[in-house]
Amino acid sequence: MAEHNHSLKPYVMVLFALFGLTALTVGVAYVDFGHPWSDVVALAIALVKASLVVAFFMHVKGSTSMVKISVASSIVGVLIFFMIILTDYMARGFS
Amino acid sequence: MSDAASAHHPKDLAHHFESYEQQKQSSLLGMWAFLAQEVMFFSGLFVCYVVYRGMYPEAWALGSQELDWKLGALNTVVLLISSFTMVYAVVGAQRGNRKMIVWGLILTILFGGIFLGVKVVEYSGKWEHHLVPGPHFEWHGDPAAGKEVEMFFGLYFVMTGMHALHMVVGIGIMLVMIPLAWRGKWTKNNYNFVEGFGLYWHFVDLVWIFLFPFLYLLALAGGGGGH
Repeated sequence: MAEHNHSLKPYVMVLFALFGLTALTVGVAYVDFGHPWSDVVALAIALVKASLVVAFFMHVKGSTSMVKISVASSIVGVLIFFMIILTDYMARGFS
Repeated sequence: MSDAASAHHPKDLAHHFESYEQQKQSSLLGMWAFLAQEVMFFSGLFVCYVVYRGMYPEAWALGSQELDWKLGALNTVVLLISSFTMVYAVVGAQRGNRKMIVWGLILTILFGGIFLGVKVVEYSGKWEHHLVPGPHFEWHGDPAAGKEVEMFFGLYFVMTGMHALHMVVGIGIMLVMIPLAWRGKWTKNNYNFVEGFGLYWHFVDLVWIFLFPFLYLLALAGGGGGH
């Protein structure tokens, strides 16, 4: 684990994975999956990229449960926020 | 305080902490609480984006066509590299290697500066094309969509502007950190400030990871084509 031997190698691998996913998100933007699937694909790739940054660059992988609970709370907070507002707007057809 | 007591209390361990580990975990919890607040702040902007895009999907596609995805992709790569150079500084701190910290910070400032330079080029292009919301805004496409495209650009400038402001603040903090790191302020046992700042910088990267596809890549599948 990076925390113990302070190696740069895993970070280099994560960086190249992030480059690859950036190329992928541009590539799939040229494909018309139709509404709403294009957004779903773009969001899915962004979530994978974000997870890599959070897990490795931000050291959440291998962190204490206190840090993990803090991160999870942030994510749940965002989900509640989006769900309440979008339930309202989607039910009214964004009018 | 007796000499014995001060001998048991190293300089890089604050007096109210019992151990380096306790000090580190306190620092991390504080930083993650701050980031939770940052997440809420940017969530507000993203919710606003989603609601207005739901209302004006055509205008969002038209607005997105005016953005150059190549510059957005370039900046994505530049920012990802800057996250790596930040990690390089943190690994340097873990190893107690102050040269690595200093070089990591210098490179992070450099790549952050490139990102902001590209942003200046983009913003000035939008100004020249009258795409900055306000009295200067002009829309030469479908006149019915003008106000709605202006809304897209309002959100574009607020979201990327708040993101860029975070980077400017980060670069300012790093400029202060470099001489401190060089003088050996941070030790193997206490590099908590470097670690915490790294978390902030990666958070800024995270925001861009979501901004890039949802601002720049909306209208590519339809064949695109700007002005």
